[in-house]
Amino acid sequence: MKYNFDFASLQEYWPEFLRGALMTLEMTVIACVFGLVIGVLCAIGRRGKRKWLATLCGAYVEIVRNTPYLIQIFFIFFGLASAGLKLPIFAAAVLTMVFNVGAYTAEIVRAGMDTIHPGQIEAAEALGLSTPQIYWDVILRPSLERVYPSLSGQFVLMMLSSSVTSQISAEELTGVANSVQSESFRSFETFIVVAVLYFGMAMMLKFAFHLFGQAIFPRRRRLGTPL
Amino acid sequence: MGGSFTVNHLIYLLQGMMWTVVLSALAFALGGVAGFGVMLMRTARTRLLRQISFVYVQLIQGTPLLIVLFVVYFGLGVVGIELPPLLAAGVSLMVYSSAFLGEIWRGCVEAVPRTQWEASECLALTRWQTLVDVILPQAARIATPPTVGFLVQVMKSTSLASVVGFVELTRAAQVVNNSLFTPFLVFGIAGVLYFALCYPLSRWSRSLERKLNVGRRQAA
Repeated sequence: MKYNFDFASLQEYWPEFLRGALMTLEMTVIACVFGLVIGVLCAIGRRGKRKWLATLCGAYVEIVRNTPYLIQIFFIFFGLASAGLKLPIFAAAVLTMVFNVGAYTAEIVRAGMDTIHPGQIEAAEALGLSTPQIYWDVILRPSLERVYPSLSGQFVLMMLSSSVTSQISAEELTGVANSVQSESFRSFETFIVVAVLYFGMAMMLKFAFHLFGQAIFPRRRRLGTPL
Repeated sequence: MGGSFTVNHLIYLLQGMMWTVVLSALAFALGGVAGFGVMLMRTARTRLLRQISFVYVQLIQGTPLLIVLFVVYFGLGVVGIELPPLLAAGVSLMVYSSAFLGEIWRGCVEAVPRTQWEASECLALTRWQTLVDVILPQAARIATPPTVGFLVQVMKSTSLASVVGFVELTRAAQVVNNSLFTPFLVFGIAGVLYFALCYPLSRWSRSLERKLNVGRRQAA
C-alpha cells in the first residue's frame, strides 16, 4: 500500500502547465466579458414590455440553469459540427462558456434590478430622463454595484467549470493535465499539481475582482443598504 | 449513420437517467452527512477546528469538481483501492457537496439571532442542547430553499461522472450519439430529461424561498 510520490518527473512539463493555465484564464476573461453583455441584455429583455422577448429570455435562462454544462457543450459542439459548421475548438469552447455564463449573469443582474425601488424609476421619469438614461444611471449602475460580489463569484466558478471543455479536447489546463498524465504515467501527481494551480488561479482571480471592484465602485456600500 | 432513433435508444437513455438519480441521491445523502460535520466545525468554539474546516472549504470550492474527480479516481487507484466508477463518482461528489452544503448551513446557523444562543446559555443548556433544540430547528427553516437549490447543482454535476466511464444519462447519450451521430437530437433529448429532473426542484426552491420571505415580513 506504500506509494512513492514522484513530483520531480513532472518538472519538465511546467511550460505545458503554464500554457494551459494561461489558456484557461484567457477563455475565462473572454467568456465573462461577453457573458456580462448577454446577461445584462437578457435581464433588460425580461423586464421589457415585449412579452415574447421576455418569454424568450426567461426560457434561455431556465434552460441553461437546469441542464448540465457538459450536455450544453456536447449539444453545441457536436450539433454545430453535424450541421456543417466546424468551429475551431478554442472558439467552440468559449462559445459554450459564453452561452452558459450569460444565463447565470442574467439571473444575478435581474435580482439586482429587482432591488431598485420603483420610486427611483418614477422619480427619474418625472425628471424627464430618457429610457436609456434611466436604464444606465438609475437601474443598471446601482444594481451592478450591488450584485458585484455574486457576479465575481459566478465568474470564478466559470473559470473552474471551464475545465469541462477538456471533454471536447480544448487544450486548457485540464486538457494539458490529461495529456501530461498519459505521457508521464504519473496521473495522481499530475492532478494534484493541477488542483493546486486551479486553487491558486481562483484565489488570484478573487483578489483581482476585489481590486477591480474597489476601482470601479469607489463608494462601495454594503449589500442591502438603501441607495 | 447507424440508423434512426428508436424506442430502444430512448429506453437506454431513461436507464441512464435512473442512474443519474441514484448517483445524485447517493451524493446528496453522503454530502449532507459530511456537510453537517463541516458546518459543526465551521461554527465550533475551538479555533483550530474552524481554521481546518475553513481551509477545507476554500480548497474544495477553489478546485474544479472534474479535478477532484480525477484525484479521487486515480488517487485511490494508485493506493491499491479499485473503486467501481459509481463509488469513485459518489465519493468525489460527496467531497464537493460537503464543502458547499457546510458553507450554506453555516450561513443559516449564523443567521439565527445571537440572542437565541445567549438565552439558551442563561437557561443552562449545554452547547449541544442549544444547537439541537434551539438553533437547528430555526436554521432548518432558512436552510431549506438553498439546500433544494443546491440539489439541482448536484444533479447537474453528476454529468461529470461520465468521464470516468460511469453510464449515467450523459454517458448514455454519448454512447447513443456515437452510433447514430445525430447530436442535436440525442443531446437535445438528454437535455430535456435533465431539465425534467431539475426544473421542478428549481421551482420548488423558489416557492419555498417566497414562502419564507412572506413569513418573515409578517413577523417583522
